[in-house]
Amino acid sequence: MTFKLVIRRLVFLVLVIWAASTIVFFIPRLSSRNALRERFGELARTGGFSPEDLEKIIANMNQQFGLDQPLLTQYWHYLGNIVRLDFGYSLYRYPSTVSDLIAQSLPWTIGLLLVTTILSFVIGNLLGAISAWPRAPGWLRGFATPFILLTGVPPVIMGILLLFFIGFRLKWLPLGGAYSVGVVPTWTWVFFFDLMRHQILPALALIFGSVGGWVLSMRGMGITIQGEDYVNFAEHKGLTAGRIFRDYYVRNAMLPQVTGFALALGTVVTSAIIVEGLFGLPGIGTMLNLAIRSNDFPTIYGIVLFITIAVAVLMTVVEFILPLLDPRIRHS
Amino acid sequence: MNVTLMQSAMESSTPMHALRAATADPVLRVRNLEVTYYTDSGRAKALDNVSFTLNSGEKLGMVGESGSGKSTMALAMMRMIKPPGRIEGGQVIVGDTDLMSLDQEGMRKARLSKIAYIPQGAMNSLNPVMRIGAQMVDAVKSHLPGEPKAAIEARCRRALQSVDLDASVFRMYAHELSGGMKQRVCIAIGILLDPHVIIADEPTSALDVVTQRQVMETIDNVQKQINAAVILIGHDMGLMAQFVDKVAVMYAGRLVEMSTVREMFTDPKHPYARALISSLPSLENKGVFQGIPGLAPSLLRLPSGCAFHPRCSSAMAMCGTTRPEPRILPGGRSVTCHLYDGEASHG
Amino acid sequence: MSTVALSPPVEKSIERPGSLVLFLRYLRRNKGLALGVIILLALVAFTVIGLLTVNTKNAYPLSVALKKPPSWKYPFGTDFFGRDLLAAMVVGMWQTAFIGVLAGGLGTLIGVFLGFISAYFGRWIDGSIRTICQILTPIPVLLIQVVIAGSLDKRDVTIVTMALIVVLLAWMGPTLVIRAQVLTMKERQFVAVAKLSGVSDLGIIFKEILPCLLPFIAAAFVAQVFVAVFASFYLAVLGLGPLREPLLGNIIWAAQSQGAFFNGWWWWPIIPSIAMILILGSLALINMGLDELANPRVRRSE
Repeated sequence: MTFKLVIRRLVFLVLVIWAASTIVFFIPRLSSRNALRERFGELARTGGFSPEDLEKIIANMNQQFGLDQPLLTQYWHYLGNIVRLDFGYSLYRYPSTVSDLIAQSLPWTIGLLLVTTILSFVIGNLLGAISAWPRAPGWLRGFATPFILLTGVPPVIMGILLLFFIGFRLKWLPLGGAYSVGVVPTWTWVFFFDLMRHQILPALALIFGSVGGWVLSMRGMGITIQGEDYVNFAEHKGLTAGRIFRDYYVRNAMLPQVTGFALALGTVVTSAIIVEGLFGLPGIGTMLNLAIRSNDFPTIYGIVLFITIAVAVLMTVVEFILPLLDPRIRHS
Repeated sequence: MNVTLMQSAMESSTPMHALRAATADPVLRVRNLEVTYYTDSGRAKALDNVSFTLNSGEKLGMVGESGSGKSTMALAMMRMIKPPGRIEGGQVIVGDTDLMSLDQEGMRKARLSKIAYIPQGAMNSLNPVMRIGAQMVDAVKSHLPGEPKAAIEARCRRALQSVDLDASVFRMYAHELSGGMKQRVCIAIGILLDPHVIIADEPTSALDVVTQRQVMETIDNVQKQINAAVILIGHDMGLMAQFVDKVAVMYAGRLVEMSTVREMFTDPKHPYARALISSLPSLENKGVFQGIPGLAPSLLRLPSGCAFHPRCSSAMAMCGTTRPEPRILPGGRSVTCHLYDGEASHG
Repeated sequence: MSTVALSPPVEKSIERPGSLVLFLRYLRRNKGLALGVIILLALVAFTVIGLLTVNTKNAYPLSVALKKPPSWKYPFGTDFFGRDLLAAMVVGMWQTAFIGVLAGGLGTLIGVFLGFISAYFGRWIDGSIRTICQILTPIPVLLIQVVIAGSLDKRDVTIVTMALIVVLLAWMGPTLVIRAQVLTMKERQFVAVAKLSGVSDLGIIFKEILPCLLPFIAAAFVAQVFVAVFASFYLAVLGLGPLREPLLGNIIWAAQSQGAFFNGWWWWPIIPSIAMILILGSLALINMGLDELANPRVRRSE
């Protein structure tokens, strides 16, 4: 991979982040809603300050946040803040910034995402590869079928079904929340296991909800690759079936899957966030849910932008990994 | 007849004593090999009762139209026929082992070590994401698991050397090589374990004329080094005539004639072989291409009797009804045609 | 020419079957497509019959008894707000179909239009359309849709605005697909011949290229409907849909907000989930089936 290509990718990354930031900046300003006014109007109704005070407070706020300046000035300011990952203050938990809130909930989301994404990618690709491998025994190839049937079921609905069968009917696992009611968060094994018990169903929902897609695409790739001359020649060479499967068949079929992984990142992260919200786990998803319910616009925009940037950066990282796996890209 | 080719056949680098060694123990004996493809539209007999023998050091050229069973033949000998195809019967005896009687694992071990296959279209026969060296090493390792690493690598480098490739190729990837070099790598892989039999399936089909010659010479050289029996599959009769000792002609899944190169080019016996030879361009009939009338038959609906009879200029009444059986003519040639029913020394 | 002589004369007397028969025969081979079509037809039948027989007013809050489990009177039960879930399913299904077809249709239309322009005229037009698509593709569309839907006044959020929000960021897929197809089509002989014989650009597009693209457009449309249904469902699950409407995602959002499982009202989230599985499943099956139809290379998979 040449230096020029690295630069091109990085420029592209900046462009993507800029485009997303610009959309998120201008769309709210096109709408008639004024977040500050809504928030303080609500406070005025419940908290008892007069309409005149309200206008003063809003004017004050507008000045403090630079909202009285020309749109373009605001835009430049805003872009500068994005570069520093500064998404402003939360409306509902005012003194804390959106970045603080994200930093608090991010580890939870990363943990869930990492485990489920890796598991579903590995399981899905393995099952897909086996299901298209003519030398695999029939019962083993059949394993993939139920997962293919699950392709159309989004992780959220998978979550509801799991909640119903395992949480509600069988009562094996909790119906939601971060940890059991009445348990005090402490650094003990008891608390840790309680925490993990609450993560199982959401994790299963995400894995079952996304495995099918990988199975299907890997199966398609596998059917193409097993007809390639080099797989045939490998068998002519008298290699063992395991070695052909691993080094000749999966190695090559995996390459487009890695690109597909980069492209699917946005959907993967979005699904995880919505499933988190469904189960009420601590994490970005529940935070987004709360922000939507409470009209906390800066938090909504901050979360959306942060995730967009994270996805774009991860995609670029995956694209940098690809040449390590495929010498043809490395040398072109 | 065809003067230029006849000459080149006679000038062929191979001495004729190899042909006369028919009394020596043959290294390859193919007996009544049969392959059928079970397709939706019916059964197709892709290989019909094919038998022949080959001595070590002998080179056989196998020719025929596409669909005549040449490649099926190669795949059947490697036991690499994939469904819906099936090997229905017969024996492929290499040395004193019948490959058809081996179990899966035994056959895996026999590939490359006893009988090697050099693939058609070297363009895509090498794994694009593995170094050439790794693809040679894994082949050796699968057959000689106990071999020390240094010995395996030395063996691989020796093989590369004998096909005139630089040692640096060992660390390269397929896309860094030219078509001719890739074909040489395939040949190097084929001779890694000094097999008794080498099958090269159209090894030159995707190459330019100069490279074709070089690749053929490479095969010729390595064959001399390890004294293996070589089967060359292809349809370029001219190129083949310069390198092989014997020619086998296939038609509709059957071996219709097998003779020495010289006999084949000066006096082909089977009408189809005759038509093939006379359709070759030469100095005499330049400008006038004489094709073979009619189309190659579909294997699904073969004509009754001799499959060639609708296109045959010497067809007799019995050709439409009775299937000819292969017979050995005096002198050791094998022909499958009713014209020679009387001459046959034995059926 | 023995093969010609051998072809049995019987074949000529057999009449060519009609296109419907051929289609049905094809469905028998392409089982996934057949299953998808059957499920989709069943859903359509459910919705149409439902709209004709069920009182759609019961799909809105405070129309019927609260929190009743499924029974003969309420086959799907009723929810916390007094909605009959059967009526809600009928209306919700209809609304989902409406969003899907509207957003899917618009998205495909935009995609076909931009894809054509991009591929046919090339140069800077192609360059800019392609770059825009490439920059927008990595952005998680749903989250941007969250921003848009969240910025709207709650009263402005209707079924139609939902569809429009979805379309806004979902035309890149079909654009790139159609662009790629037109590019390969342009290289074909018959287009060159038409061009040489002086057929106008529009003539070539409508008479030569468009007809060949129909299978791809159909596949792109089904994929777009899938995307639109999926996106609008997710928005509604996040509570960004038109809250009064019995959209499937809204019902799930409401059920989750009221802790339906904690309170034992299991049917409330389960009924719309099953409906969604049927809708998305049938679309996915049809999409895969059409892929096979439009792209014969995939057909090798048994």
